[in-house]
Amino acid sequence: MDIRKIKELIRLLEKSSLAEIEIHEGGDFVRISRQMTSAHNTPMVVAHPAGHTPQFAVDAHSHAASAMKSAEPAVVMKEENHITSPMVGTFYRAPSPEAKAFVEVGQQVNVGDVVCIIEAMKMFNQIQADKSGVVSAILVEGGQPVEYGQPLFVIS
Amino acid sequence: MLEKVLIANRGEIALRVLRACKELGIKTVAVHSTADSDLMHVKLADESVCIGPPPSRESYLNIPAIICAAEITDTIGIHPGYGFLSENADFAERVESSGFTFIGPTPQSIRLMGDKISAIEAMKRAGVPCVPGSDGPISDDLSTNKRLAKEIGYPIILKAAGGGGGRGMSVVRNEQELADAIILTSNEAKAAFGNGTLYMEKFLENPRHIEFQLLADTHGNVVHLGERDCSMQRRHQKVVEESPAPGITAQQRDKIGMRCAQACQEIGYRGVGTFEFLYQDSEFYFIEMNTRIQVEHPITEMVTGIDLVKEQLLVAAGEKLRIRQEDVVMRGHAIECRLNAEDPFTFIPSAGVVNWFHAPGGPGVRVDSHLYNSYRVPHYYDSLVGKLITYGEDRHTAIARMKNALDEILIDGITTNVLLHDKIMNDPGFVQGGMNIHYLEKLLAL
Repeated sequence: MDIRKIKELIRLLEKSSLAEIEIHEGGDFVRISRQMTSAHNTPMVVAHPAGHTPQFAVDAHSHAASAMKSAEPAVVMKEENHITSPMVGTFYRAPSPEAKAFVEVGQQVNVGDVVCIIEAMKMFNQIQADKSGVVSAILVEGGQPVEYGQPLFVIS
Repeated sequence: MLEKVLIANRGEIALRVLRACKELGIKTVAVHSTADSDLMHVKLADESVCIGPPPSRESYLNIPAIICAAEITDTIGIHPGYGFLSENADFAERVESSGFTFIGPTPQSIRLMGDKISAIEAMKRAGVPCVPGSDGPISDDLSTNKRLAKEIGYPIILKAAGGGGGRGMSVVRNEQELADAIILTSNEAKAAFGNGTLYMEKFLENPRHIEFQLLADTHGNVVHLGERDCSMQRRHQKVVEESPAPGITAQQRDKIGMRCAQACQEIGYRGVGTFEFLYQDSEFYFIEMNTRIQVEHPITEMVTGIDLVKEQLLVAAGEKLRIRQEDVVMRGHAIECRLNAEDPFTFIPSAGVVNWFHAPGGPGVRVDSHLYNSYRVPHYYDSLVGKLITYGEDRHTAIARMKNALDEILIDGITTNVLLHDKIMNDPGFVQGGMNIHYLEKLLAL
């Protein structure tokens, strides 16, 4: 199953009120479920007082006897499509609360464009895109804490 | 009590701190590098924050990243573990000025003991016996240094004021070697620690390494928890430790312990601390103080029944010590074997996946390790993968239990030094007890 299909499925799930989508195609299947973060057993940073943040878990099983595919049950979205956080801090979509967000879904970005702010130790760091393409998903809400390496944007 | 503690460390000590926090109902935040997402304590912690890529400089030594992680998780206290930033006074200061509680001594204490010369001066003022030496930094004047060395008596050892832990030192056996040794050691010290200042001490040929554990609260109460013998070393790295030190009498223990406690009171020490001594010809000589929890703390816990990490958390929360010196009783004997991911005799490190870990058990056996089946030991950090501790009513029993435990333990997939510990536990010299700090290297050279 190719990565673009999976990204499309994630987007569909995001926009809908469904909790889970599972698709079987030939020997492959993909299950994508919406998970609410909770205080217990959280692999990621716990919610800001503002509320819970939906996370997405992707399970991809391949029964194809292909040497390329591993037997691992979980598939991680290919990193080359992500802009990830280079530091620990708080994510903001715009330079100030009243200003327009730096990028929106569907917008074209080029290498070097500022896509967001990450506030760390009272310093506001402008984060630049390290790849060009169209923003197909924004994975973090404004005001949410982020950790090093956390995916922020999906660029296709 | 502190509501939430961030553990600024990794591996077995991070797990140890997490366990103590959980016991006290303290919420835990595990910070980790990308190579450590699967650490046992990260999985068990209430929250975790990835703070950087694998290199320590960008993660576990990355002060802004750690403080940021504390901010975004509304942490109250930060526990630095051992190594990394645990004895970095700047870190302690920034933690405190950022509004968090540093679980350890004050930045001033860390600085005082971090400078080996000022540490010795402070100890002398408190009546703690020190190695005869230059009583301060040596100057550039060669004739003065020659006179000093002659007074102390060769062999002497040159030590870096900003160093410690066995680094930045060189032994000089006669006057002819002195001039060159001073220049060389000073340059090395400058390169390694950014400080070329040296001091001089009498070099003790065959000492044992005996250290005292201290615990102080913020209300002026201090207790000593006895001593540990850490003479089984290789290249200044401890391999096996035991408590109490064979042959040390109760009078010796009380005398030195009380002096150390007095020193702690005089300098306003807070938390746990270890005074390291060289012991030769029935005399103790202070060499340095470690202002952190130590790797070998479990053996003191076994013989005194006191949970040192819990005490650290209680002291940091402003609690008074619940024990007085009279309540501290050393009972039985404990031994610790450090389990490293390395070849037992070539010492070549061995990173990789542990496909089968089986911990030994039974009375008097304690395993402090973050290993589990399928855990991958990364190559970026030190090789300590666990500590095997045994306790018995006497030394003989502790050794017998350790031999059993070494027979039972299984760490498959990586190479570990279990066979080395086997060799040590069966060695007549070790079994006799009281061997000096050169003994292990001699044993290995055979």
